[in-house]
Amino acid sequence: MALTYDPARADLSAFLRRRDDGRESLDLLVPDARCAGCLSKIERTVLALPGVAAARLNLTQKRLTVEFGMGMGDAGAVVTALRRLGYPASPYDPGRAQVAYDREGRQLVLALAVAGFGVMNTMMFSVPLWAGLFGQELGPATRTLMMWFSGLVGAPCALYAGQPFFRSAWRSLKARRANMDVPISIGVILTLAISFSETLLGGRDAYFDAAVSLLFLLLVGRWLEHRLRARASSAAADLLALQAPTATVFGPDDALVARPLAEVRPGDRLLVRPGERVPVDSRILSGRSELDNSLLTGETAPAPVAIGDECRAGALNLSGALRLVANARSEESAVAAIARLVEAGAQSKSRYVRLADKAAAIYVPVVHTVALLTFAGGWALGLGPREALIRAVAVLIVTCPCALGLAVPAVQITASARLFRRGVLVKSGAALERLAEVDHVVFDKTGILTEGRPSLLDPMPRTLAMAAPLARASRHPLARALAEAAGAGPLALEVTERAGQGVEGTIDGRRARLGRAGFLGLAGAGCETELWFGFDGDTRIRFRFADRLRPDAHETLAALAARGLSVEILSGDVAAAVERVADTLQVATWRGGCTPQDKAARIDALTREGRKVLMVGDGLNDAAALARAHAAMAPGSALEASQNAADLVFSGERLGAVTAAFDVARSAHRRALENFGFAALYNSLAAPAAVLGLVNPFVAALAMSSSSLLVTLNALRTGARR
Amino acid sequence: MNIVMFLAPLSLGLGLLAVGAFWWSLRAGQYEDPAGDAARILVDDPEDRPAD
Repeated sequence: MALTYDPARADLSAFLRRRDDGRESLDLLVPDARCAGCLSKIERTVLALPGVAAARLNLTQKRLTVEFGMGMGDAGAVVTALRRLGYPASPYDPGRAQVAYDREGRQLVLALAVAGFGVMNTMMFSVPLWAGLFGQELGPATRTLMMWFSGLVGAPCALYAGQPFFRSAWRSLKARRANMDVPISIGVILTLAISFSETLLGGRDAYFDAAVSLLFLLLVGRWLEHRLRARASSAAADLLALQAPTATVFGPDDALVARPLAEVRPGDRLLVRPGERVPVDSRILSGRSELDNSLLTGETAPAPVAIGDECRAGALNLSGALRLVANARSEESAVAAIARLVEAGAQSKSRYVRLADKAAAIYVPVVHTVALLTFAGGWALGLGPREALIRAVAVLIVTCPCALGLAVPAVQITASARLFRRGVLVKSGAALERLAEVDHVVFDKTGILTEGRPSLLDPMPRTLAMAAPLARASRHPLARALAEAAGAGPLALEVTERAGQGVEGTIDGRRARLGRAGFLGLAGAGCETELWFGFDGDTRIRFRFADRLRPDAHETLAALAARGLSVEILSGDVAAAVERVADTLQVATWRGGCTPQDKAARIDALTREGRKVLMVGDGLNDAAALARAHAAMAPGSALEASQNAADLVFSGERLGAVTAAFDVARSAHRRALENFGFAALYNSLAAPAAVLGLVNPFVAALAMSSSSLLVTLNALRTGARR
Repeated sequence: MNIVMFLAPLSLGLGLLAVGAFWWSLRAGQYEDPAGDAARILVDDPEDRPAD
């Protein structure tokens, strides 16, 4: 439920970016651009607009960059033209964080390129050396020459490509901690040093190629991980950009100006039209309307409001235009209390130890002890310090941590790519790992199990056609649901909308009214989820509405049960409404009337019982629970805070995304464990061989690359079935 | 063996050329929009069309 723009009325100039040469440019998000046809249509239309100097659409990121001529920037015209073309567009602020992130990615790719070059060219000199190891003709002078060549190529490449690891190792050492990059850095530097000293002393074993290829393989893993995070953060930014970036503010001369949410200050006068969300906590100056608080509290019944009433940020304005005065800034709005709960939950989540780190905690001390023992033991048993040191280095090289550094990122990027194609966005690799462990699922009701908007119950075509012309003229959600059920058709004339009451207009020359029971002169308060329609002095017809279940809610709950998961419903809506849904879906455990704190407390209680909870919710009232749960999913229609608190965001109407995500996460977990098992087996064979001095540079290169290839191929099998 | 002293630097030079070319393509933003580049080849330039 994105904020709807009316570009004809709002001024979007806040989003124009002034470049150094004084020209202005605008970034727009065009989510519906898909093909070559869209691309040329959009670019040509925008280029043809007056004042536009250049327009380029990035189809991968669905972003349109428009550059204007000197002082000609008219953002509204571009958005209007795109809308007329059938592509809704929203202004988008690329932000500085994104740019820094891209730079990091670029550095990784460059390090990868240098490492690739180093591997190939060092190998060129290593092949004659390897041949010499197997008794082929290779004089000592040529051998030393080849070792010098491979050292002169390999060492600079390794030192350049290793920088990401060296830097991270240095940072963690300064913080008096040892992460995975410390042993990697020690291994690489030690290997280079030993290889150089062997070259100088005229020895046989130079591991320059092994040092570079180790870095190459690890950089592939690092880069995959970066891609995963970059894609998640850019897609999340897209979703947020679509949501509520602006508030409509009255300027000094009462002109309407669209202002970024962060720049709204207390005392600003705001306009909130029907269909828009209240941007910050505020008080009503004029106007009457009804507010839908369902994203805030889970309550589906609209709350009538009038002059002087307080509105909370995130509430949806249903019927009348409201003039408000802001009480708080965006970051201080009622949302803030919930944000604190979310933060507390996020902290508990960051304590989660990732699978690869768990394995590294065992792997690193074992390998280093073995290497140290090899050196000490070899020397004590009369090998000589030089030979003993070479064996110790061989142990470090041959037990390369590729299974940890490459296999897990490879599994997770494969899994998230598969989920992305099904419309599920994975925010981090850790999220997938947590999701795989889940054994209990808690659903929110409004907007998750149900569609979160009213739809007409048992429609009768004849009465529907009578009321539809009036319904089409109104923006009230119930009237919209009626119009949607009726389809396209004629519009009523001389329509006036009475906020909080209904609409009146002329159909075929007869006056007619559509609205609350009281508006049509009927006694009784009437129900919030019904509309009455009648011609003047004629019989009244009642339309009833309900929040319909998502089409695949039944299916999804059955599928979750089949996977051995228990299901529960926690909702802020009134108990009767929750019970109805729970009965239909045959869910035994449910609770209604929950406050955000209740939901978070219930999640905590379940966690204390030892359950691993997946929370699926969309409202602000779910945000704290989402942050506290072991894993969390939110739909793309959820509020910003909820999407930030969730690990996975799914788009579209189908709840089946939950099962799909769960299946892929479990498959990824299995693959990762398989890879660890394989790595353990490989190391238990390779390490003793290195200790016994059976490993030479050729065997090391072969073993390292083949084991990495195997774990990567296994990773690609993730979620491949279906 | 003298030929090695000539061929080895030559091959290294070619390899460095490839890294340089990759670095240039990365800097020039050739990997920014793979989907768009694939689509753009299908779009007819209006100037290329014969006048009718």
